[in-house]
Amino acid sequence: MKQHRFLFSGRIWGSVVLGLLALAAPLVAQQPALDGFVPMDQLAQREVLPATPLVFYAYSFVWLALIGYVFTIWRRLARVEQDLAAVQRRLKEGAGER
Amino acid sequence: MGFLGTVWTIARKDLVVEARSRELAYTTLFFAVSVVLVFSFSFVVDGAPLTDAAAGILWVGIAFSGTLALGRTFERERQADTLKALLLSPVERPAIYLGKLVGVLLLMLGVELFVVPIIGLLFQAPVTRAPWLLAGLLAAGTVGFAAVGTLFAAMLMRAHSRDVLLPVLLYPITVPLVIAGVRGTASIFAVEPNLAVAQAWLSMLVFFDAVFLTLALWVFGPVMNE
Amino acid sequence: MQSRSNLVPVFLSLAAVMFAVSPFLIDAAPYEATMGLVQRIFYYHVPSAMVMFASAFVCGIASVVYLVKRSSTADAVALAAAELVVVFGLIVLVTGPLWGIKAWGVWWQWDARLTSSLVLWLIFVSYLLLRRFAGAGSEMLAAAVGVFGMANVPFVYWSVNVWRTIHPTTNVVKSLPPEMGLPFYWCAGAFACLYVGVLLTRLRLEESRMALEAAYAEVED
Repeated sequence: MKQHRFLFSGRIWGSVVLGLLALAAPLVAQQPALDGFVPMDQLAQREVLPATPLVFYAYSFVWLALIGYVFTIWRRLARVEQDLAAVQRRLKEGAGER
Repeated sequence: MGFLGTVWTIARKDLVVEARSRELAYTTLFFAVSVVLVFSFSFVVDGAPLTDAAAGILWVGIAFSGTLALGRTFERERQADTLKALLLSPVERPAIYLGKLVGVLLLMLGVELFVVPIIGLLFQAPVTRAPWLLAGLLAAGTVGFAAVGTLFAAMLMRAHSRDVLLPVLLYPITVPLVIAGVRGTASIFAVEPNLAVAQAWLSMLVFFDAVFLTLALWVFGPVMNE
Repeated sequence: MQSRSNLVPVFLSLAAVMFAVSPFLIDAAPYEATMGLVQRIFYYHVPSAMVMFASAFVCGIASVVYLVKRSSTADAVALAAAELVVVFGLIVLVTGPLWGIKAWGVWWQWDARLTSSLVLWLIFVSYLLLRRFAGAGSEMLAAAVGVFGMANVPFVYWSVNVWRTIHPTTNVVKSLPPEMGLPFYWCAGAFACLYVGVLLTRLRLEESRMALEAAYAEVED
């Protein structure tokens, strides 16, 4: 079962959450920039349900999800390639001893 | 023995085993009836069933009890390790698949024979309004469901957590069949029935069946070859 | 293998640049008459949906190749593509309701396209569940699910479509005014580049994992 460790493993989700939290900080800081193109005063009068937060949530979710996913792949890749290098080294040593 | 002869031999083997114990027939039927009962608590308001509830409950009952039957049929084969023997015998893979399919199909259709009148009784569904059309919808829907189900249940025989994975895989993939079955049946049962619509859904079901059967026959060989 | 890993940074940095520029283009696009600001979700929502459906076909085709040729690369492609269907599907299923609550007044509508996206997403979640929990030899089973998943895309869409439809139709994209068309195609390009880059990276991960398993097996011998 060890080999199918993707997407559901607790450790990976843990790192996803941590990664998202780390990424959330700059994104929250970006908020005014996103708000910049929304003329709030015009919106408030015309629309019952404010669209600005919805658009903001949608865009930030897309960015976070994509960055988070790429981050998990990168983490998993780093770990697997590290293991692979270690095993291959051991294999070489073993072959040398024989 | 020809191809069809082999198919029938395998199907008959299952039916004989079943006829001796009647385990699957009794448990599946009882399960289908209890599903109907459980649903009636939420879909009967003020003593009268909601619109289209009967059609939905009928198909949910069929899908649930069908999953149960599929799982148990292959569990039997697994316990006695008989499918391995079957796969080792000089029989073409498609014949094995079709044999198992016919066995499951006859069992499911037998259960439907009881469940449909029960639905008619409990939910005042006009099951006799267009009996041939209803039978066609049920048969076509069951063929498609059993075609996909037999393939997946056979594949999952050697897998871990097969009991959970069978419904997990089966229900999303059979969604088109369920939609067509429920909508077709609902347009027969409706206060103002529309049989032309039911016929359209029936032809859609037949088309799905053809595609699913072809795919399953094609996939069964490579998957069961190991 | 080497040329493929050279492509990854190209696609990923192209995608990063395009994504970074996209808010400015979207900002410059005109307001849509009936839906107003919330329509701007469209520029990310629709490309994600396109990538999701494309990925389902990539997975299905790779599964067919695996069933016929038993090539482990095809299996790795199928797995990578299935995981991406789930990731982009999640984006579609989250941004869709955010648009819907404004445009339709409810989070979820049993509309044709929403329902078929949900069903497709569920099929590929079940694919991942199978690969995660079925244990050894699940590659073959997963390939069968991939084939059925791909074949199901038009069926699900068709059957749900006959059942009900209130979603903006596909010809919306064709009839876009040029000021909306540019950001849309820009975003579609960004998502496509990102998809290729991430798919290749995920593929490399899977192949490294296969190599690792092979190396472990060799150590044990």
